[in-house]
Amino acid sequence: MKSSLEKFAEKGFLLSAILSASITIFIFSFMFLFSMPLFKGGQIVQFFRLEWNPYDGKFGILTMMVGTGVIASFALFIATPFGIGCSALISVFSQKGLGKFLRKVVEFMTGIPTVVYSFVAIFLLVPLIRDIFEKGTGMCVLSASIMLALLILPTIVLFISDAFNSVPKSYIHAADALGASPVQKLIHIIVPSAWKGIISGLVLAAGRAVGDTLISLMIAGNALQIPRGLSDSARTLTSHIALIIASDYESPEFKAIFVCGLILFAFTTLIVLILRLLGYFEILRER
Amino acid sequence: MNRFTEYGITFFIWISGIILIGAIGVLLSFLVYKGIPSLNLSLIFGETRPLDALLLRKEVVDGLFPAIAGTLLLILTSIIWAIPIGVASGIYLSEYCNLRWKRFFNLLLDILAGIPSILVGLFGFTVSIFLHKHLSEHIYPCFLISSLALACLVLPYIIRTTEQSLSNLPFSIKTTALSLGASKLQNILFILIPYNLSSIISGIILAIGRCAEDTAVIMLTGVVAMAGIPSSLLSQYEALPFYIFYISSDYNSQEELMKGFGASIILLAICVFLFTLSNILKKKVAIRFATH
Repeated sequence: MKSSLEKFAEKGFLLSAILSASITIFIFSFMFLFSMPLFKGGQIVQFFRLEWNPYDGKFGILTMMVGTGVIASFALFIATPFGIGCSALISVFSQKGLGKFLRKVVEFMTGIPTVVYSFVAIFLLVPLIRDIFEKGTGMCVLSASIMLALLILPTIVLFISDAFNSVPKSYIHAADALGASPVQKLIHIIVPSAWKGIISGLVLAAGRAVGDTLISLMIAGNALQIPRGLSDSARTLTSHIALIIASDYESPEFKAIFVCGLILFAFTTLIVLILRLLGYFEILRER
Repeated sequence: MNRFTEYGITFFIWISGIILIGAIGVLLSFLVYKGIPSLNLSLIFGETRPLDALLLRKEVVDGLFPAIAGTLLLILTSIIWAIPIGVASGIYLSEYCNLRWKRFFNLLLDILAGIPSILVGLFGFTVSIFLHKHLSEHIYPCFLISSLALACLVLPYIIRTTEQSLSNLPFSIKTTALSLGASKLQNILFILIPYNLSSIISGIILAIGRCAEDTAVIMLTGVVAMAGIPSSLLSQYEALPFYIFYISSDYNSQEELMKGFGASIILLAICVFLFTLSNILKKKVAIRFATH
């Protein structure tokens, strides 16, 4: 027989779990409720236009979607080869010397606050980029992408090097016995059997790149324009939310940021679903 | 594969590692080089005597003290909200929940863990508007809202570490006390939790680190550049990460900028300390299980 204390405790545990899980639902409902009037009036179409000019009644957030897309994909483009290279160094090429040190450095990087990255970048990277392009302020897509790449690298490297490490040792020994070089092992054995881990790491990093606010807010320039090159300034969805200062909570200008929120929410959900499909959470749990 | 490709790939792998280490090295040494000269007591306490500031006898006007105190108070309050709910949810998911509901809970919590922090901030902001309209005119974005929003942000970390450390326990440990006649609750409270304390704490420290570094949540929920030490839960406050953000765009003199570098070093030191501590605890747990 269960005592009443046991029952009470179980109820308490259940209640906490429901409360925690319902936060996600609350966040979604708030985003949805606040942008709802726009869906009803059929005004939603105008949000997917290019122009944002509140004085002119134009609230297109497509510009920010493009900004987010460009900055995040360029960051991934930089981080992916580096990430795979570093993971290979840690797990295959140099398990003792430099690789071990690199792993320590990467673990250390996970502890560096985003705002510190951006702060240093403003005074170190941005002037450099400004000199290279010889125009503008240096606050541009390229600066933001480079810093964002640095921010997501630990996610990529820690995840992929773990995936490399979990390739069955018997495969590696077999390849060693056949006289395979490290590069041959990497290309023919390790990468093919760890591809799920590699993709999961990259998807996870894509989620972080899209969701990060401070780096793009502080060093992408925040201009309301479609970036036409790496030296152009851009604004992301996240910085658009951070920048909004609306006094009138009923204005479409204010409601538009909830459409940004909904898009980010949908993107997060998509990432989680892809990771589930890849079996990422099972990989994590087995560890 | 011809030999040159092989050399090329090897070269690239080594060089990518070296570039990454170099980049972080340059970044950190730049920060330290710029920030070290400004690291002294007057950076934190300004013109006020440290003892007066600590005892709250005098307000610190031109030092980082209110920002540091704001960050520490914020961490403390958020963690107080998040720990009981997080640990209890973790226990429920690991020990009580059936598989079908667990999948559902996990999906929602995974999404929560992945939500960009600015969305959590926007959520907090919206809640405060909502409360302002419907509950009381006195509620604005404030310390209380920030701490609750931060608690939402770090809750998934605490739940995950609690749940996983409980689920991964060896079968023998999970069942010994039960077979001796302990009830399920007794088993959880007196055997499983104490046994797992260090990994649960490592999750909590990770959560503290996230609270300390997060800027996006607090900038929408009540942090301001100048407020002094928060006098109540409903007042506005200062915080270290926001100070750094603010200085980067709004510095008026070289001196203020130097304070920004000093603040960055302090925040970096706090976060790196917390993350290292969390990692050490996690490794200790892994070793104990490996030798079990």
